[in-house]
Amino acid sequence: MSSQDIPEENLPVAQDTTQVAVADEKHPFADPGLPPHEHRIQDIDERAAKRSERAVALLFTVSMLATVGFIASYVTIPHDKSVFVFPIGHLNALNFALGLTLGLALFCIGAGAVHWARTLMSDEEIADERHPIEAEPEVRAKVHADFKQGAKESALGRRKLIRNTMFGALALFPLSGVVLLRDLGPLPGTKLRHTLWSKGKLLVNMNTNEPLRPADVAVGSLTFAKPEGLEEHDHEFQTEIAKAALMIVRIQPDNIKDKRELEWSHEGIVAYSKICTHVGCPISLYEQQTHHVLCPCHQSTFDLSDGARVIFGPAGHALPQLRIGVNDEGYLEALGDFEEPVGPAFWERG
Amino acid sequence: MSTTTNSASRSREKAPAGEKIADWADGRLGIYTLAKANMRKIFPDHWSFMLGEVALYSFIIIILTGVYLTLFFHPSMNEVEYHGSYVPMQGQLMSEAFKSTLDISFEVRGGLLIRQIHHWAALIFLAAMFVHMMRVFFTGAFRKPREINWLFGFLLFVLGMFTGFTGYSLPDDLLSGTGVRFTQGAILATPIVGTYISMFLFGGEFPGDDFVARFYSIHILLLPGIMLGLVVAHLILVFFHKHTQFAGPGKTNKNVVGMPLLPVYMAKAGGFFFLVFGVIAVISAVAQINPVWAIGPYRPDQVSTGAQPDWYMGFAEGLIRFFPGWEVNIWGHTLVLGVFIPLVLFGVVLAALALYPFIESWVTGDKREHHILDRPRNAPTRTALGVAWVTMYMITLVGGGNDLWATHLHLSINAITWFVRIFFFVGPVIAFILTKRICLGLQRRDKDKVLHGRETGIIKRLPHGEFIEVHEPLSQDALHTLTAHEQYKPVEIGPAVDENGVERKVKGSEKLRAKVSKAYFDEDAQIPKPTVEEYKEITSGHGHH
Repeated sequence: MSSQDIPEENLPVAQDTTQVAVADEKHPFADPGLPPHEHRIQDIDERAAKRSERAVALLFTVSMLATVGFIASYVTIPHDKSVFVFPIGHLNALNFALGLTLGLALFCIGAGAVHWARTLMSDEEIADERHPIEAEPEVRAKVHADFKQGAKESALGRRKLIRNTMFGALALFPLSGVVLLRDLGPLPGTKLRHTLWSKGKLLVNMNTNEPLRPADVAVGSLTFAKPEGLEEHDHEFQTEIAKAALMIVRIQPDNIKDKRELEWSHEGIVAYSKICTHVGCPISLYEQQTHHVLCPCHQSTFDLSDGARVIFGPAGHALPQLRIGVNDEGYLEALGDFEEPVGPAFWERG
Repeated sequence: MSTTTNSASRSREKAPAGEKIADWADGRLGIYTLAKANMRKIFPDHWSFMLGEVALYSFIIIILTGVYLTLFFHPSMNEVEYHGSYVPMQGQLMSEAFKSTLDISFEVRGGLLIRQIHHWAALIFLAAMFVHMMRVFFTGAFRKPREINWLFGFLLFVLGMFTGFTGYSLPDDLLSGTGVRFTQGAILATPIVGTYISMFLFGGEFPGDDFVARFYSIHILLLPGIMLGLVVAHLILVFFHKHTQFAGPGKTNKNVVGMPLLPVYMAKAGGFFFLVFGVIAVISAVAQINPVWAIGPYRPDQVSTGAQPDWYMGFAEGLIRFFPGWEVNIWGHTLVLGVFIPLVLFGVVLAALALYPFIESWVTGDKREHHILDRPRNAPTRTALGVAWVTMYMITLVGGGNDLWATHLHLSINAITWFVRIFFFVGPVIAFILTKRICLGLQRRDKDKVLHGRETGIIKRLPHGEFIEVHEPLSQDALHTLTAHEQYKPVEIGPAVDENGVERKVKGSEKLRAKVSKAYFDEDAQIPKPTVEEYKEITSGHGHH
């Protein structure tokens, strides 16, 4: 570069090529080999090495103190105490103290070890030879010959009767294991087609546990109901409510677009399965103005004023409607079970 | 003869205790032969080689904390009333599984910390495996002889997803129960056998009272047992193959350059375990995760908004959210395509990643061992395919959280869902084209650097007034590093007729291979690397410009 200070025409041609900082001019891209090792300050200055040693020792000492702190926190801090930590907010004091001391104890061990390795252990790069993974041809030939010898001595190829019956036996015995899995559960049967609802079952408000009257269902409200007789303490409660959960809304009869929906309603009170027909989440968001309900899991949206048909999202079919009426005492009652399976679709659903 | 054995035994008697124990063990286990090959084993250094370590260490942390949690967790779905120290839940009905999770959080001192470490470590484990897998993919470390180890790693990632899922379902809280319900709904969508699998898995109808106990044995025994075996096999192969390294001075395909296991990597890698553990412990001290007491016990007729799986399941969640609700009813049966196709896609997208090494080796036809890593830019088509895959994955993650994007950014959920539906297909294509462009650009820049040197940023004015920018020639180290990569040529099918003029039969697969190979290695798919001649021509002339 210094040559550029001289006007170009005064430069000898040969001088230009010496600018190239390449050791091997014939093969400038060739591998120059491992670069020479460069010493760290700790390698040449014992005081620097001492400083590193003290730093590592300090880290290990902090770790010991942190472990003592962990035990002290465990013993002294009550487990329901809370503490304000800026900027995170209120935290459980015990959890915070234990986590911090444990974290510090572990981190300092790691930091100490890494600092030790980086500053005091030899950092000279060493090259190790690789050997091909494949075996040498002689080894390969020997193994093949041994195998052939062994196979021949077993007579597996010659005595076909033994071979075939052995394969048969080995293939059959895992069936026992498969058979043993049979009692994992019952066969599906028609279980997915029926719910607890049947003719005359009262609609019971999920929150108050009281049977519902038409007057309890106001326009614009969303009411959740269960069949009468199903109590939270029942053993089968979870499994039954997973199918029977009902949502009830009142829509002005004029606004109901679907003819069957109107027939199955009572004065505009309609009852639909709460279980989404996509993959079975309970639907819980209701938009009063449009009568749309939305499943918060995967956003399937149904129009309750139009037979609960799907208007958006991944659900494949409308929510099943429960036919309801009012009994002699003025309570809302089911007029039968759902006519189709509730919840997600399945192969036998048809 | 006798004198040598005597002196040998005498030197043994004087040996320090540690040596004596080692001798004893060697006589029974042959540890010296093992140590000879491995004690001073060389490992190369690069920051990206640490990602797999993060995965390994978080796996160990999960096992340690998991064993502790089993001491207090009751995997039972018996309904009990809560009377513990967490006041808002007093008198509530809940499963024993949920109650024991509350007890771990509120009655067992340090139990909450261990629970949080376990859960955080699981998230980090999956994330570390994902990033580690990307590192291996983009540097071509999966090539021969490491294809099987790639599959082991892939299996670990997939099993990790399911272990995580069965684990976070155990507390039987409202959020995880909703996830289990989703899984059951997806199982029901399987043609022919769906209802049977569901009945057998749940011991009857959903939720029944078996699944927590069954998930428990899957989560703590079956899956981690398989994973532990795979981790050991993965590590044995890492040792056996010896680690890959990037090109550089002194680094060839026939050697491995770095520092020895004892002492450097014992200290560095061993220390790194403590660093990872320490960081996860601090995270668990300050960042709450899965507060089941705020979520409540599971009820199949209740749900909360903003329900999200753990991040690694967001991909499955996204697929199921964006897919249209197709249902086909034929001959009295229902084909629930809207759920079943996402289920199949889930497997296909993952399988594509698993099989990639075999696809690439078929395209290149390269049967040699590769121990020198590619820089991603030097394999533009592979890198572009990888980025396309990641883009598809990320788009489905966005789809999995479409409700959160909608509420946080005040966007229409319908618009986001449509965006995901379109960009699931379009996004990867755009990503592919862009990535390939960027790779080619970077290759051109490398070529410029090799031929014209490094831009120094110094502007010089020559005596006659001309301004020139001074380029500094690269050292031979740098020249070698930037030109060490190999460039494949596209496969030729050869002439359509043989030497006698008779038409040659070319198999369809050969034609396909030639086409794909052209797409990979054609002139517009890679920039030819600079040759020595080009370099000499430029440097021997007056070429500063």
